[in-house]
Amino acid sequence: MADLSIEFAGIKAPNPFWLASAPPTDKAYNVVRAFEAGWGGVVWKTLGEDPAAVNVSSRYSAHYGANREVIGINNIELITDRSLEINLREITQVKKDWPDRALIVSLMVPCVEASWKAILPLVEATGADGIELNFGCPHGMPERGMGAAVGQVPEYVEQVTRWCKTHSKLPVIVKLTPNITDIRQSARAAYRGGADAVSLINTINSITSVDLERMVALPIVGNQSTHGGYCGSAVKPIALNMVAEIARDPATHGLPISGIGGIGSWRDAAEFIALGCGSVQVCTAAMLHGFRIVEAMKDGLSRWMDSQGYQTLRDFSGRAVGHTTDWKYLDINYQVIARIDQQACIGCGRCHIACEDTSHQAIVSQKQADGTHRYEVIDAECVGCNLCQITCPVQDCIEMVAQDNGKPFLDWQHDPRNPYHVVP
Amino acid sequence: MIDSLNHLPRPSADNATLAERFSDLAPPLNARQAALESARCLYCYDAPCVNACPSEIDIPAFIRNIHHDNVQGAAETILSANILGGSCARVCPTEVLCQQACVRNHHQECAPVLIGLLQRYALDHADFDTHPFQRAPVTGKRVAVVGAGPAGLSCAHRLAWHGHDVVIFEARPKAGGLNEYGIATYKLVDDFAQRELAFVLQIGGIEIRHGQVLGDNLSLSDLRQQFDAVFLALGLNASRQLGLVNEAAPGVLAATDYIRELRQAEDLSQLPLADRCIVLGAGNTAIDMAVQMARLGAREVNLVYRRGYPDMGATTHEQDIAKANQVRLLTWAQPEEVLLDAQGRVRGMRFARTHLHEGHLQPTGEFFELAADAIFKAIGQTFDEHALSDASGQLLARDGDRIRVDEQMRTSLPGVYAGGDCTQLGQDLTVQAVQHGKLAAQAIHAQLMTNVEAA
Repeated sequence: MADLSIEFAGIKAPNPFWLASAPPTDKAYNVVRAFEAGWGGVVWKTLGEDPAAVNVSSRYSAHYGANREVIGINNIELITDRSLEINLREITQVKKDWPDRALIVSLMVPCVEASWKAILPLVEATGADGIELNFGCPHGMPERGMGAAVGQVPEYVEQVTRWCKTHSKLPVIVKLTPNITDIRQSARAAYRGGADAVSLINTINSITSVDLERMVALPIVGNQSTHGGYCGSAVKPIALNMVAEIARDPATHGLPISGIGGIGSWRDAAEFIALGCGSVQVCTAAMLHGFRIVEAMKDGLSRWMDSQGYQTLRDFSGRAVGHTTDWKYLDINYQVIARIDQQACIGCGRCHIACEDTSHQAIVSQKQADGTHRYEVIDAECVGCNLCQITCPVQDCIEMVAQDNGKPFLDWQHDPRNPYHVVP
Repeated sequence: MIDSLNHLPRPSADNATLAERFSDLAPPLNARQAALESARCLYCYDAPCVNACPSEIDIPAFIRNIHHDNVQGAAETILSANILGGSCARVCPTEVLCQQACVRNHHQECAPVLIGLLQRYALDHADFDTHPFQRAPVTGKRVAVVGAGPAGLSCAHRLAWHGHDVVIFEARPKAGGLNEYGIATYKLVDDFAQRELAFVLQIGGIEIRHGQVLGDNLSLSDLRQQFDAVFLALGLNASRQLGLVNEAAPGVLAATDYIRELRQAEDLSQLPLADRCIVLGAGNTAIDMAVQMARLGAREVNLVYRRGYPDMGATTHEQDIAKANQVRLLTWAQPEEVLLDAQGRVRGMRFARTHLHEGHLQPTGEFFELAADAIFKAIGQTFDEHALSDASGQLLARDGDRIRVDEQMRTSLPGVYAGGDCTQLGQDLTVQAVQHGKLAAQAIHAQLMTNVEAA
């Protein structure tokens, strides 16, 4: 069986599956249950200065799919609402009882050196393996000059990271907010400040829905609401892109990345790792299904690695990074054409109407004698956009087939149709 | 009507117990089930289910409305195509119509979307305190509709919607046709036919006159003179005969006669019950008869058909219902003789075994007997010739015993239209009758308005 153990920014863990800093890691009771279930590590829910934060009721709302499956959760919960002393005591005990698991402490204190200098030794004394700087919390805390309010200003990110590296020997992971325009600026700032790693993404500013009876957004607090932070499978595509942006940025080359955002299965985890992550953090999936999900994630990942001949995570970590590039480097001569497997086709007509109404009129509907329809691709009209394959409800019914058109590789930089093309 | 069974005993169970056995065969979906089921619809384009629906209901649209919490919109989508969508949701053989065509019925998929039950859900949960469709300004045109069954009601409603005044002439004391008198009790529970009728009539402009029998106290010639157009929705009121001696003996009855009685019965425990009975036929009426007799408490119900299972008019779904009710389905046997006891009452039937010989159904030369206290004939309905015995009626062109119509439901007589089971077009189904009524109304409306413009 594949070896799932990792060493991430100097922190060892028996597997790459960590619970992200969030309600599931709020106290010893939960964390112990998580370790019993087999999680490789946890990032303890963010500690702050006393007095502890106070939370409102209610706190979460969700975006649902067609069968009420949760696509994403939005939360307006703050950092820990328990005292620093209780948290530190519990962390010390848990680390003592579970020495082989990674235990990272998330921190958020005011953007003042003295505050950081004060809390860091306390955390170090617990025996924790590292700290994660919460520069991402998008709700509540930024109004007090913390969380995303820091993460959105690269200079602050760099400065606080440097304070932490100065006043602590622990590995420093900087957790980045996605509520910015270019994630690389934040990562570069953390890197300059001496960060041992970055983790991303934190939650995305969101409102999931509006109660149209009461005319108030969700979650409702009294007669009001506020925007929260969005997480869950819906944010995975955004997280993957941001991870890839950092992974392929020469300015932060080699900076370890802990991937966060909508990871709920071994496949999700493998994708983050393929785009350069050294560990992954999970929250929403555990909140929806409990800690037991880690078993299937470990089992699935290890079986898949066996099937691919990968013995350790390093064997495939970052393998997809080199294939992620800028648009201008893509092969403009590459061509795929949709092919419909008529045996698998159930005749719903979705490919036809999608292409007919919104794309290139490349799928013709042919009415058959028995009243059913046959859908055929007009090769000459198909631009290979994938839309038909996307709307098709039957997996693998529509295949995008690469065409051997005999044309050489040509990117836009060298394409004569580009007025600014590079002349060889 | 069922005097010929009066010598039989009555069910041993009391009315309440029996009523329980005749409750909803296919219970409705609850809100959660409707949400789950509606999510399964793939919202097909040019959807096969719509093409398979004789009344052309926009099924993907109404299911999407259910899913998006717009039950009222779903209901109006259904009713705008089929004003009797509520009864069709209950009685349609969806397994050979929309649900057979559903792409999720494809061998690569799991099971069809439960379209019939979703349609029922939408209509059961919509709020129709006021009628959803507004009548057009009254045109002053008057149309006679003969027969208040599904075809007649559908036609009348659509005509009233267009602003015409309609008089429906109905022979029986209640309107609804087969929905009231012919469908098995457990398919249309809680007096649904009358509730649906009240809803249809909400639109206004429709008068129903009962006790009006064409060929008796009503003539086509008179109707043509008194009205701007006539729609004949006469149904098939004569039961096919076996042509055997002793067919009139006590204990032999047309299944439709018994079902009609059962549908109207206040107290099911007062119905005559054949402890051992034979049902002849293979259509849905035969199944309904056999199952209802079994549910009343008959010990032995044999449904006998002269051909094989694949030839049966009843769908496999209907056959399964029969089997689940301990009805024995006997194939390849045709009635040979009604057997009588010393009092001249039915004691059984003698059958000749049959087989196909060079494509023709032939007796094998073997015979067998089944003991029975009653024999129910469900071998098909035919047109009651008496209805068209007047001068105008005699002029109507026919296809076999049915009235000939074109695709606009026009008969050979100008201004006279026909639809439903009394015509040959399409299948003998409620939903088909509704569509005929709708098409006829459109054609009548077009004709009447053309005349107005020309004048």
